[in-house]
Amino acid sequence: MLSYALRRLLQGVLTLWVMSLLVFAGVYAIGNPVDILINPQADQAEIAQAVAQLGLDRPLWQQYWAFLSSAFSGDFGMSFVTRAPAVALILERLPATLELALTAMLIAVVLGIPLGLLAGLKPDSWISRAIMAGSILGFSLPSFWVGLMLIMVFSVQLGWLPTTGRGATVDVFGIPLSFLTADGMQHLILPALNLALFKLSLLIRLTRAGTREAMLQDYVRFARAKGVSESAVVRVHVLRNILIPVVTVAGLELGSLIAFAVVTETIFAWPGMGKLLIDSINVLDRPVIVAYLLIVVFLFIVINLLVDLLYAALDPRVRLEATR
Amino acid sequence: MNTKKSLISTLLVAALHTLMPAAAADLRIGLSGEVTSLDPHYLAAQPNLTVGRHVFESLTDIDPRTKLIPGLAENWRAIDATTWEFKLRRGVKFHDGSDFTAEDAAFSLQRPLSIKGSPGGFASYVRAIETATVVDTYTLRIKTKYPYGALPEDINSILIVSKKHALNAGPEDFDSGRALVGTGPYKFARYLRGDRLELARNDLWWGKRPAWDRVTLRVIPADPSRTAALLAGELDAIEHVPSADIKKLKQNRNLRVMQATSWRTILLHVDQYRAQPPGITGNDGKALAKNPFMDLRVRRALSKAIRRDAIAERVMEGLAVPAANIVSPGVFGHDPALKAEAYDPEGAKRLLAEAGYAQGFRVTLAGPNNRYINDEQVLQTVAQLLTRVGITTRVEAAPMSAYLGRVRKEETAFALLGWGSFAADLALRSLVATPDADKGWGAWNWGRYSNPKVDALMTRALASVDRDQREALARGANTLAMNDLAFIPLHHQVVSWAMRANLDYTPRTDEFTFAHHFLPK
Repeated sequence: MLSYALRRLLQGVLTLWVMSLLVFAGVYAIGNPVDILINPQADQAEIAQAVAQLGLDRPLWQQYWAFLSSAFSGDFGMSFVTRAPAVALILERLPATLELALTAMLIAVVLGIPLGLLAGLKPDSWISRAIMAGSILGFSLPSFWVGLMLIMVFSVQLGWLPTTGRGATVDVFGIPLSFLTADGMQHLILPALNLALFKLSLLIRLTRAGTREAMLQDYVRFARAKGVSESAVVRVHVLRNILIPVVTVAGLELGSLIAFAVVTETIFAWPGMGKLLIDSINVLDRPVIVAYLLIVVFLFIVINLLVDLLYAALDPRVRLEATR
Repeated sequence: MNTKKSLISTLLVAALHTLMPAAAADLRIGLSGEVTSLDPHYLAAQPNLTVGRHVFESLTDIDPRTKLIPGLAENWRAIDATTWEFKLRRGVKFHDGSDFTAEDAAFSLQRPLSIKGSPGGFASYVRAIETATVVDTYTLRIKTKYPYGALPEDINSILIVSKKHALNAGPEDFDSGRALVGTGPYKFARYLRGDRLELARNDLWWGKRPAWDRVTLRVIPADPSRTAALLAGELDAIEHVPSADIKKLKQNRNLRVMQATSWRTILLHVDQYRAQPPGITGNDGKALAKNPFMDLRVRRALSKAIRRDAIAERVMEGLAVPAANIVSPGVFGHDPALKAEAYDPEGAKRLLAEAGYAQGFRVTLAGPNNRYINDEQVLQTVAQLLTRVGITTRVEAAPMSAYLGRVRKEETAFALLGWGSFAADLALRSLVATPDADKGWGAWNWGRYSNPKVDALMTRALASVDRDQREALARGANTLAMNDLAFIPLHHQVVSWAMRANLDYTPRTDEFTFAHHFLPK
């Protein structure tokens, strides 16, 4: 178990290194942040000076080496545009994004699994058909459009919920959380719903497919023949078996919810990490872009590891060591 | 049941929140640009200056029509060609109650030079200054390195900080509010990076008391969301109304839209230095014998082929004024005698034939797709119009970051740029003067247009400390450069604000949004 986790971590470090190399070179290839950010009145000497002060005049490998050596001591550099440590900027935004992503995931799981189960158990009823039709919409409508429609309907037309922004926060162990206040909750509903929609549809379809398959399995027939009640069949035999793929997908999707809530955060002016990433890409704020993507890769590695561990808990047949 | 009840009450509370008008003395404004730092001397970006100018002030101020007016300096004059004396306003207090003196002014003018590691600092605005000497508490004397008439314009961008608080303070001290102590109409209350800045009225302010006790500046860069927040009543005003929403907002009786011609001129730089510029070929795809853009007749043909009024009305949906000048109407050095080139495709074809390009040629037009109002549509329209007179034009639009990278690598020969300036000579120095790193000229003269006569007039204008004389020279240089089509001017953008119908705002040429200039009607 321990050696398995260690091996996974080593793989993770390698992934992080390759990722940093790719992002670094990629941002370098796009252009120079000084070109975008320089004071329009600056003359050639001032432009050259700004470039030199940021070390952008040096060859790429030197810049990368400087980055790598300070990264090993935990310093990922200062944001060009705010003059604050890149990691601090990202971590400052992390609670807002985590809050949004977890709420969205909660919505997706709490609604998605029961709805999918329902659609799988009674595939021909009209309600199942409605659920499936809805999930197709959830899949295919672009997120920014749905977000705008949610704002137009629930905020502008009906006036029920706020359009944009994060509500009031309370500090819990120094972390500002907004879902604990009424104002914060109101601000959270629409963006979380928008973010959840795609995952919700995904979970519905996944659960439905799993359920339909499981219902035809021998163990379900035996259980029924044994006289086990229908609800127990579903709970013990069906649900437990379909949960494995569902947990995998939910885990991976949680990673992408956290890392790439960019569209939702932009539309709802949610001060999270995704919005920071987009702003940073627009001005080629390389330290923030690199640090962000490294943090995201790290998150994915951890989530994947957790999912694997969860497998073992859910399915006694899975032995982690056996994959050697 | 209980959860259902609480959900309903949540929704009800939300409904009340949005239906209730804001308390009379609160103002909530939606800004379009991301504020990156509250340090007024770190990054010279408009959003940063917008919030900075609520808390801080500068020695010279700019009125809504870009006219220079007194700020923290009551008046100023040039004693000789290189010496300026600024008489400072008396009785001005910083937010902490301490007095504003010439010491603070001298310190603030020097501070931009001490900021290291900024990709776009304020050093450019103080590079002409040799020394800033405190003569007495309320007199500041500035020696310039060379005769320089644009000093009052330049130092308008330098916000005056409190020496006591800003000494040894870095950007983080401003972001935390600790060093954010100015003389301006509003005091720091709370800053949530990437979200909002909350301000409280400074009752010690020397100017006319602002109408609002509390001001919230919210950053909402997504255009439709900003409009939606205004429509839902969460904001009282927004800046940079997207062109697609203007009509709808104007028809809304609860709202009003205020507009002004912005100082931002949209122009096309044309390569005038390479024999065979990239992207320019004959119709057969082979390189041309010489660069057609070096011929004034070809540049004139480009200009005549562009239908500026249609671009302004349709593509820009009214958010543009056809341009013939380097600066907008009313701006220092603008020449009202210059008229936007009329659409004349036949004339363009004739000029091309005269220049030896009766069969036309091919060009690539480059530009950004996320920087200026409807920029990519403008590029596409210009390309079609040029193609119609025989200059087959292909558009290469990219995000500003990637686009500028290409421009700096000199991969473009025909490129769109937007420029805002409150003096023609300053704009000429960057856009049209013969590029010269030693003099600091022409850093944005991508086409490397070079005309000794324009250079000479512009130099004399900038060296002139007599404003009338300077304006006449600047106008002359502007007229000369435009008649020679140093670049192809397209239009001046129109800048818009939308607000509740019971508010009033004087739209500003420089596009700034100031809470203290909003008035209840």
